[in-house]
Amino acid sequence: MEEKLKALKEEVLAKIKDSSNTKTLNDVRVAYLGRKGPITDLLKGMGKLPPEERPKMGALVNKIRESVTEVLEERMVKFEEEAINAQLEKESIDVTLPGRPVKTGNHHPLTRVVEEIEDFFISMGYEIVEGPEVEKDYYNFEALNLPKGHPARDMQDSFYISEETLLRTHTSPVQARTMEAKKGEPIQIICPGKVYRRDSDDATHSHQFTQIEGLVVGENIRMSDLKGTLSLFAKEMFGEDREIRLRPSFFPFTEPSVEMDISCFKCGGDGCNVCKKTGWIEILGAGMVHPNVLEMAGYDSTVMTGFAFGMGPERIAMLKYSIEDIRHFYTNDVRFISQFHRTEA
Amino acid sequence: MLVSTKWLKDYVDIDGIPVEELAERITRSGIEVDALIDRSQGMTNVVVGHVLECTKHPEADRLNICQVDVGEETTQIICGAANVAAGQKVIVARPGAVLPGDFKIKKAKLRGEESNGMICSLQELAIDSKLVPKEYAEGIYVLPEDAVVGSNALELMSLDDTVLEFDLTPNRSDALSMLGVAYEVAAILEQEIQQPTTNYTASTEKAADYLKLRVDAKEENPMYLAKVIKNVKIEESPLWLQNRLIASGVRPHNNVVDVTNYILLEYGQPLHAFDYDRLETGEIVVRLANEGEKMTTLDDTERTLQAHQLVITNGQEPVALAGVMGGANSEVYDGTTTIILESAYFTSATVRRTSKEIGLSSDASVRYEKGVDPNRVEAAIERAAGLIAELAGGDVLEGTLSFDELDKTPVRITISPDYINNRLGMKISLEEMISVLNRLKFTVEAVNGKLVIDAPTRRQDIRIKEDVIEEIARMYGYDHIPMTLPVTESKPGGLTSYQKERRTVKAFLEGAGLCETLTYSLTSEKSVGKYALETAPTTKLLMPISEERSVLRQSILPHLLEAATYNVARRNDSVALYEISSVFLNEGEDGLPNEIAHVAAVMTGTWVDHAWQAETKKVDFFVAKGIVEGLMEKLGMTEKLTFEQAALDGMHPGRTANIYYNDERIGFIGQVHPTVQKERDLKDTYVFEMNLDRILDMKLSNILYTPVPRFPAISRDIALVVSSETTAHTLEKVIRRAGGNLLTNVKLFDLYEGDNVEEGKKSIAFSLTYQDPERTLTDEEVVKAHDKVLAALTSEAGALLRG
Repeated sequence: MEEKLKALKEEVLAKIKDSSNTKTLNDVRVAYLGRKGPITDLLKGMGKLPPEERPKMGALVNKIRESVTEVLEERMVKFEEEAINAQLEKESIDVTLPGRPVKTGNHHPLTRVVEEIEDFFISMGYEIVEGPEVEKDYYNFEALNLPKGHPARDMQDSFYISEETLLRTHTSPVQARTMEAKKGEPIQIICPGKVYRRDSDDATHSHQFTQIEGLVVGENIRMSDLKGTLSLFAKEMFGEDREIRLRPSFFPFTEPSVEMDISCFKCGGDGCNVCKKTGWIEILGAGMVHPNVLEMAGYDSTVMTGFAFGMGPERIAMLKYSIEDIRHFYTNDVRFISQFHRTEA
Repeated sequence: MLVSTKWLKDYVDIDGIPVEELAERITRSGIEVDALIDRSQGMTNVVVGHVLECTKHPEADRLNICQVDVGEETTQIICGAANVAAGQKVIVARPGAVLPGDFKIKKAKLRGEESNGMICSLQELAIDSKLVPKEYAEGIYVLPEDAVVGSNALELMSLDDTVLEFDLTPNRSDALSMLGVAYEVAAILEQEIQQPTTNYTASTEKAADYLKLRVDAKEENPMYLAKVIKNVKIEESPLWLQNRLIASGVRPHNNVVDVTNYILLEYGQPLHAFDYDRLETGEIVVRLANEGEKMTTLDDTERTLQAHQLVITNGQEPVALAGVMGGANSEVYDGTTTIILESAYFTSATVRRTSKEIGLSSDASVRYEKGVDPNRVEAAIERAAGLIAELAGGDVLEGTLSFDELDKTPVRITISPDYINNRLGMKISLEEMISVLNRLKFTVEAVNGKLVIDAPTRRQDIRIKEDVIEEIARMYGYDHIPMTLPVTESKPGGLTSYQKERRTVKAFLEGAGLCETLTYSLTSEKSVGKYALETAPTTKLLMPISEERSVLRQSILPHLLEAATYNVARRNDSVALYEISSVFLNEGEDGLPNEIAHVAAVMTGTWVDHAWQAETKKVDFFVAKGIVEGLMEKLGMTEKLTFEQAALDGMHPGRTANIYYNDERIGFIGQVHPTVQKERDLKDTYVFEMNLDRILDMKLSNILYTPVPRFPAISRDIALVVSSETTAHTLEKVIRRAGGNLLTNVKLFDLYEGDNVEEGKKSIAFSLTYQDPERTLTDEEVVKAHDKVLAALTSEAGALLRG
């Protein structure tokens, strides 16, 4: 009996060894260890043995079964691993092939600049106010201290719709409208939008362009407040190292009026082609709100004062991104617009 | 305004200050110096020569062989100018000279004859041909006889000069004169200015015996002065005067006209000279023109006048258009012997209006429009009379004919130092303020701690307290203003909900693959109504620059399609663009059109491009529709969103739908009509345009959480054969209505037309989901609900169930 068992064990181990894959190995298991296999038969045939031999033989059969099973399992694991490895090898890909593109668009560069400016001033407590692009002569000019026949109206040749209405030449009428609506209350607003001038389009002129203006009105608003605000803005927009300087200028709706230059962000002030060797770049116009403008909107100019500033997103974008022709903003070549896809420092 | 620094030295001492520094200081204190023009342009070796002999070149008709004394030697120069002649003093560029434009002068041989230099025209010395006196316009320039042979011709021509080009703001009319500039520069440099001098001896004859003056339009012309000068000899002006005019951008004519122009430049006061004899009547009458009256101005153009335009007449007919331009009939000419000199104050409004109406702007009109100094009208005429007497040998008759009702009192402004400091956020002392104002030659007195200021009348821009604040700030220096932030009530800033939602829309569309564009609001009459959502009156410009940009658009798509064509023509074949902009419907109240924000998009070419995995897909209707549906879903507005097949102008009739929200049309979507595509050189192009304002107007709902279902859902698929005409939307409506509350989702998952399906029919399959949030559904309940759906589809939609 023992002999028989030993021979059986050798036979099974040889079969396991001969198996070359999980399938044949499984066949071995079914054949030898299955319900109809010789080992099960042996156990079934235990009844025929004398009772005193049964425990010994039982233990022996079980031992053989365990050791055979162990070898078989080991072999099985090895085959499975090999199979997985083979599969993995087959599934290997060229990871340098291009991925499936995610189609996304992006903001127009002017929107990008405008939103950046808006967000800065929102963080300073400003609201964003918009107004109509077709304006009354009153809001576009008269309420801004530009009565009919004022020589400064020449500065901005306008597209009139009728004697009394025109395409706004600046976003300042939004300021006039807001002051009128706020009826003497303090104001802190930013007004972005499209504006129009009677210019022929070329590299530096566009009959349609954008503007963004700010207005603060309150008790005892001072010119130093304007300077402080603009300085923070310049640093936010053009870098921490920017310095500003104010130069006297003229706008009918502010007095005093200034232009603001920033130290050149390309050369840092040493002089280069961006700043035309001056070290300074003109960025915006500003000033203290003219008392006539305040009074016309119903503010007592002896108590309430304010400052206003205005700039052109086109100019800022052209400077920031070194764009040489203003027409690029309006021809909408995708090779142009898509360059403003990514974020930057 | 062009300011010759050489001339400026007459009034203020600027020696020792580098011109760049001077320009910077002028700019920083208020007048922007746009450019520094070096008139010498690095020229050297240009001298005065004397043409001793001049003969025709034997080999060339148009060349002359000149023997020229250039001081060091007499040398031969070949000259091609027709006006060269023996005896002339001329400008000679010697070999080695470099003229503007890097023109190097070398010894040369011209048709066998040696030429040692060049006799120059003014143009060759970088003087604009418009400024070259007419007699020398076509040839070389001839110097006065007293020019010293061999001396530096650049100095003689005053080309050793730097001109400052001012970019003047409209308020600084005072700087439209050399004297005004001198005051400004003197204030900056803390100097006094040297006034020009006038001296002449008047003749014993009285002007009043020769000329009568009457002003009938006192409002437009509150001051008019006239002088009579006899025995003038019209000739070329002396070189110094011509040089100064040329440096200032004015062409020299003759001594009398040049003096009037010179005084205009020096004082900012326009003057005019009439030929006394050609005036014929011995009378000057200033009046408003008669409607339709005609006159010919100095530029030989006949003008038809309007009744409100101011004219100078001889009592019968106009002889000048006041403040704008003189008349041809009374112009000073070579034979003039007696002149009338005019110095007047015409109001800016009248000159501005006339100048604009007749489209004529002159050095005089520009100054009148901006306002001349009332206190210089007289000084200017006296100085001019003196110069004409000196340069044209005239006899100035005694007395000035005068009409004068002009208020010449200065504007008085009383202001406290605190007011100034509060506005600026500074602490400038009273003494410093007075010192700054004194530098500017404002009359200032401190009375009870306040400043009482009389602004000089040359500064027409100083009217109110704030003007004084600006004067003090700009002279004191803006660099000294500290930096503070406004002290205001603290309140949060932010976007309105509309502005926030608009940003959401942009972010969604860009995330969906569209690039933002900006196109022009102005369009042509031809395209204004195309693709408009509403028919409305248009908003037209009174004076468009071109027909292409003459009316405000009522839809965005025409320009977006243009942008698509532009890109496709440049081989950017895949285009996916959107724009949010206003359209203009001219039906608004109070005279302004309604401005409505639209969102529009154009898509053409490839949408999915992953070619190496064979995943390349062109844009189609459903790509575009998916974006619209996705956008509306983002806004929480899918429930009442419907699409209905529509025939719209310019759109493919079978592939276009109106978009409705809550049964209100909010836009359309579809393929551009193939003929339009062809016209625009586009392949299949899909577009949509929607009324964004209307969409964002409909109150967006808040998010209310519904519990995630805890009980299983059961799904059933159905496949139907229906008429090709039956829309998916109709079937879905039937299913949803019949399915009742338990039916929670309907999804179309298959559509087929063709083989194995009867002609005129299509096979369509839906997956239906049944679910009850409160419990697990039984089979019987689902069967019951589903049977209802099947019955409804059969009876209401004529559907045949398959499988």
